[in-house]
Amino acid sequence: MAEIYDVELRNVTKKFGDFTAVKDISLGVHKGEFFSLLGPSGCGKTTNLRMIAGFEAPTSGEIFLDGQPVSQLPPFKRNVNTVFQNYALFPHLTVAENVAFGLEMKGLGKDEIRKRVADALEMVRLPDSGAKKPHQLSGGQRQRIALARAIVNRPQVLLLDEPLGALDLKLRKAMQLELKELQRQLGITFVFVTHDQEEALVMSDRIGVMNHGELLQVGTPEEIYDRPANRFVADFIGDTNFLPCRVTECQGEVAWVQVGQGIRVKAACDQAVSGERQATLAIRPEKIHLHPAGSAGGQGEDVFPGRIEEAVFMGTDTRYVVELEPGVQLVVRYQNVNAATERFREGETVAVSWRPISARVLLS
Amino acid sequence: MTGHRGGIPGSKLLRWGKRLLWANMFFSFFFLYAPIIILVAFSFNDSRLGARWAGFTLKWYGQMMESEAIRVAVRNSLFVAFVSTAISTVLGTMTAIAMERFRFPFRRTYDGILYLPVIIPDIVMAISLLAFFSLSLGWMNNLFGLQGNSALRPGLTTVIIAHVAFNISFVAIVVRTSLRELDPNFEEAAQDLGANEWITFRRIILPLITPGILGGALLAFTLSLDDFVITFFTTGPGGTTLPIEVFGRIRRSISPEINAISTVMLLASMLLVVVSQFVQRRGSTSV
Repeated sequence: MAEIYDVELRNVTKKFGDFTAVKDISLGVHKGEFFSLLGPSGCGKTTNLRMIAGFEAPTSGEIFLDGQPVSQLPPFKRNVNTVFQNYALFPHLTVAENVAFGLEMKGLGKDEIRKRVADALEMVRLPDSGAKKPHQLSGGQRQRIALARAIVNRPQVLLLDEPLGALDLKLRKAMQLELKELQRQLGITFVFVTHDQEEALVMSDRIGVMNHGELLQVGTPEEIYDRPANRFVADFIGDTNFLPCRVTECQGEVAWVQVGQGIRVKAACDQAVSGERQATLAIRPEKIHLHPAGSAGGQGEDVFPGRIEEAVFMGTDTRYVVELEPGVQLVVRYQNVNAATERFREGETVAVSWRPISARVLLS
Repeated sequence: MTGHRGGIPGSKLLRWGKRLLWANMFFSFFFLYAPIIILVAFSFNDSRLGARWAGFTLKWYGQMMESEAIRVAVRNSLFVAFVSTAISTVLGTMTAIAMERFRFPFRRTYDGILYLPVIIPDIVMAISLLAFFSLSLGWMNNLFGLQGNSALRPGLTTVIIAHVAFNISFVAIVVRTSLRELDPNFEEAAQDLGANEWITFRRIILPLITPGILGGALLAFTLSLDDFVITFFTTGPGGTTLPIEVFGRIRRSISPEINAISTVMLLASMLLVVVSQFVQRRGSTSV
């Protein structure tokens, strides 16, 4: 029997007039999972979230919560809660009244509500804020209260729409870890929408990458980063060197490609390729190593001669532009583990190396 | 470097510009407020003929207070204002919500029609209401066989209906503005937390647009109190409001008593405006 997901989308499409916001998405989120929908603005990730919450109805397809179809249910009958991007705290109610709102709607008793509100405020570490009005709180505090207002209801699924977007960088980093910790404690399924790839990598159990309404890849942060399914994913998450190449041979997961005029590279390839075809070779800058000219490179690495075109010192690492042959350039990030005198200079000839598994063939 | 405040230093043009600006301000205020100041001043003038200052007196205010006709007119005015404000606030708020939150056939047409009472001249509105009332009252008298003393005639009731007719638009416009400024996320958040549409309206939307509703109500109240043209055309025996009473007195003779009445009306209107500003400002800072 198939697994019952906490949240499941089956062939969900959403159109606004002629515009297709979400294109035939199928997706299952496990119980207790921290799942992120990642993509640039306008990619349909928020529309997805709003359909799960019940603010939008899918044009076609079905959404399941805990195995039950919910497309016909209004938001107030779904066991999910949302943390809004702008928090949407009710300005005319106090913090405690805001947090109590959902419990009141459930018809709980006064004492029970008071206790659970106090617990929730404790959990977000703002126990003394109950009597304040939202406008008396800072942005970070409002964010916590919005979170408390949602989790106090102990929903089956918590939906978060870029909840950290309005915070400054330092606070955002702190809240990322806090949110992750809270999710672990509560064991509630989180569906988290963000356009910040770093945020998604840090917090998620799994990530779904979206673009133009399509779900391009679903996987753990490591899978998404190390084995991007296509050029968009590789480009959107982290930095990547893209080299146009020609696949000449493909056996299983290993391919031979030709880059530029005469560089033959062994690379990893997820899809079988028959015959020759054009493709893109993707290599992460930090997976490329530099050695003095003539070096044999590390174990299991392929080595190519190159010339440093540009060297920019960036603190923890140095960013090099290396030319393998005219027109074929790679960006390399190399950690500054050596003394300044041992770093490579512009114009210097070097040996460039990487493991074949780090170079990936992406078919368009 | 020597500092200078704004603009090109020492420019002749600029200096003249500033002088003209001051003159402009002076004349604007002069034309706006000089007649009002004269009115207020002469309400304290101890002379029957208003042209000359003959010393300070409060006797016109005393006469005003003693006049039975004025007392009745004030009572009528307040009654009309309260009742028409109450009705038009409820109807106008409902209209605003319907226009902002629902899609229905001919919504855009209705949208345009709603603004009509605001833009068409009072006199046109007054004549059309007069025609409407004489037609409908005549029709009802015929239908129920009412004659003589028992026949339906224009009076306070027709005035109230007329005031409701134009006030609905003003209330709806003011309330719509506050509805439009309301973050739609509040509604979604309430529904997300388990509130159905009615509870969302009562617990979230209504409290948040209350400043707008109060502002609309105060505007309606002021417009109703001050209205002359429409009231004049739609009223009948026993339906004399304060502006009608004042007009009647002016036709007979210009007496300083009228200055006193006008001063009181002016004060009342100003008070209402200040209160409505205060209510709306308080509403916007708490949001």
